[in-house]
Amino acid sequence: MKAVRWSIPLAIFLILLAFLWVGLGRDPREVPSPLIGKPAPAFSLSQLHEPSQALSNSDLRGKVWLLNVWASWCVSCREEHPLLMQLAAGKTVPIYGLDYKDDPGSGKAWLAQNGDPYTASIVDRDGRVGIDYGVYGVPETFVVDKEGVIRYKQIGPLSVEALQRKILPLVRELQK
Amino acid sequence: MIPELGHFALILALLVALVQGIVPLAGAAIDAPRWMALARPAARAQALLVALAFGCLAWSFASNDFSVLNVASNSNSELPLHYRLAATWGSHEGSLLLWTLMLGGWSFAVSLFSRNLPPALLARVISVMGLVSVGFLLFLLFTSNPFERLVPPAAEGRDLNPLLQDPGMVFHPPLLYMGYVGFSVAFSFAIAALLGGRLDATWARWSRPWTTVAWSFLTIGIALGSGWAYYTLGWGGWWFWDPVENASFMPWLTGTALIHSLAVTEKRGTFKSWTVLLAIVAFSLSLVGTFLVRSGVLTSVHAFATDPARGVFILVFLAIVVGGSLALFAWRAVNVGLGGTFDLVSRESTLLANNILLVVAMASVLLGTLYPLFLDALELGKISVGPPYFDAVFYPLMAPAAFLMGVGPIARWNRAPLPELWTRLKWALAVGAITALVLPFVLGRWSPLIALGIFLSAWIFAATAVSLIARVKGSHHGSLFAALAANSSSYYGMLLAHLGLGVFIIGVTLVKGYEIERDVRLDVGESVAVGGYEFKFLGVKTGPGPNYRAVTGTVEVRKDGRLVETLRPEKRIYNASGQPMTIAAIDVGFLGDRYVSLGEPVGENEDSIAGAWGVRIYLKPFIDWIWAGCLLMALGGFLAVSDRRYRLAVTRKATAPSAPASAPAAAD
Repeated sequence: MKAVRWSIPLAIFLILLAFLWVGLGRDPREVPSPLIGKPAPAFSLSQLHEPSQALSNSDLRGKVWLLNVWASWCVSCREEHPLLMQLAAGKTVPIYGLDYKDDPGSGKAWLAQNGDPYTASIVDRDGRVGIDYGVYGVPETFVVDKEGVIRYKQIGPLSVEALQRKILPLVRELQK
Repeated sequence: MIPELGHFALILALLVALVQGIVPLAGAAIDAPRWMALARPAARAQALLVALAFGCLAWSFASNDFSVLNVASNSNSELPLHYRLAATWGSHEGSLLLWTLMLGGWSFAVSLFSRNLPPALLARVISVMGLVSVGFLLFLLFTSNPFERLVPPAAEGRDLNPLLQDPGMVFHPPLLYMGYVGFSVAFSFAIAALLGGRLDATWARWSRPWTTVAWSFLTIGIALGSGWAYYTLGWGGWWFWDPVENASFMPWLTGTALIHSLAVTEKRGTFKSWTVLLAIVAFSLSLVGTFLVRSGVLTSVHAFATDPARGVFILVFLAIVVGGSLALFAWRAVNVGLGGTFDLVSRESTLLANNILLVVAMASVLLGTLYPLFLDALELGKISVGPPYFDAVFYPLMAPAAFLMGVGPIARWNRAPLPELWTRLKWALAVGAITALVLPFVLGRWSPLIALGIFLSAWIFAATAVSLIARVKGSHHGSLFAALAANSSSYYGMLLAHLGLGVFIIGVTLVKGYEIERDVRLDVGESVAVGGYEFKFLGVKTGPGPNYRAVTGTVEVRKDGRLVETLRPEKRIYNASGQPMTIAAIDVGFLGDRYVSLGEPVGENEDSIAGAWGVRIYLKPFIDWIWAGCLLMALGGFLAVSDRRYRLAVTRKATAPSAPASAPAAAD
């Protein structure tokens, strides 16, 4: 019985090890989303810079757009931000920002600091819309087509590779 | 040629490390003095070989040898020399080589300062360090060779990540690694003691200074990293609970618990198996941290190398080292015995409570860091755990720990009657309570959290003073000076480290409570008033830096019309990578910082930088106290290690058998 007690640390470590082993075989950024191929969940939220004006997904019908979920508290968002800025400068596709579970003041400050790639940002203060979109972690990026159907979802920061291999070709295809 | 020399030195180092890891250990098992005597020379030879390899890599960076893949990927001929040298440890391969170098350095130090250790113990300690080194050298040579050639050579390097081109980043990794790797000494002592079956107060006394020095380095290393985040990320934060920060913080929490637990083991002979476990856990967490950072299982700002082969290697290494040590612990610690007993209220019990709080805090940080991984592995979805979790869990655990810091040094060993504690501490309690009630009003706004933070630091200061006063009064030395001088430096080290935490708490509390952030659009010549200061924007200028182009703004800070400081925040675009960087300008002050950073040009003509700019202005009261507190803690650690009794232990054998006994053990 006594020996069991002294083995507790070892047992905990072995469990931890098993998790790390499984974790190693997975990409933390790759998640299948059940939303792909389904209509983008409806929202109508006030805009970050014009709180009096609301933006809803029906306003965006007829064009291909990206929804980028970000927040001022999100460290990984800094990583993808330069890419978003480049993408916005290229004007190939409008990017809408969903400022997720964030204080609008901090959100605005963050954009002023790092640059604002968004055609418009909407504020999801309590994270309701985030839940509808199945946001697991910030940042996330959705590609929505002209009919308002989600065609692609990127979990975690955008990478040059993901942009060039998946997102941009898909956007061009959808814009035809 | 030079890179091949470095590569060759690494291979030789591996061979020597194998000898160092096997022969003395076997010698200790079969009692063969000649085999054990190999420990010292082998450790030194291995350290020198790794240092040679490191020197070769540094040389390749300094001489812009872009035929080395590592140099071509992480340096550039425009990069100033000091950053080229710092780039040596800027890459995955280089930082692992730095890790191995540190391990060699610590082994070398153990071989120097160990004359009084029993040969069998020394042989085991150095062998265990050698085995750890074997693991790292294998890792370097087989998965992460820093000397790999690039054929054909690149004409120009891809440049060091601009975020790392900063003085803080030059020193942060070496100091952090000094701490991380330093815990390998306490770990090796613990394993050696388990192997030898001798776990006593002497063992604790030998482990203590090594642990304290490692902890002090780790403290400074973490503080530097946090300071760097504060002024380079451009938005004034100083801690983000990022997985990589947590990876360095978990060994720190465990190391703090270990330092205190070692004190009890040395003075009272109790907590023995617990101390051994902490020593194993502290170093294991350093290894787990390496795994997390290097394998890419977690998403982090620091995402360095994500190569599955590397992840598998570290995981196997982790399984052998940590699994092996914990199995050894399960097998041998049963026989260690429990040591003396103590009352419910005593110095032992406060230290035990402190240990439990620190370990639970560590476990909660570990849980938060790995939670996304757990859920993912169980197919329950993918999430990220952010600051709200850590804030909610961490502060409630640390507040009672900080409170106990006031009680611990005053409580007696074995039994500390509550009435006596009350008599001795009621004034400190009163000072804390009154300060907490009054000070926030003076500073501007009272809130329960601010009051709690202020109470804790005032309480720590007052209780520390009570401890010192009691010492002086109770002393039979005549003069005040003699009474002060009679206390050991490890006692003063402890006081200093505790004061450091008090200073740290002030910094955290006041900056969280009273910081002011303003984001404004300023035209050239326009000013804005923030918290009693006037900030006047005088426009921007462009100019070249050594390897970047910069836009530099000028902001005058005035108080009551008088010029306090002219701040020059910058935005840089690095030539080689095209990456932008924001460099905040900070007017550092004892009572707080004035922090200005540039946003984006927001004039009518969007492409013009001559007009209005978005400017971010912060007032950060007392923020530098955060780092000053860390520095005091580290200084306290170094002061404690300078204690006579550790030096006595070193010279005892050399001088005379009747060396004077060390200071009375009653209190420190």
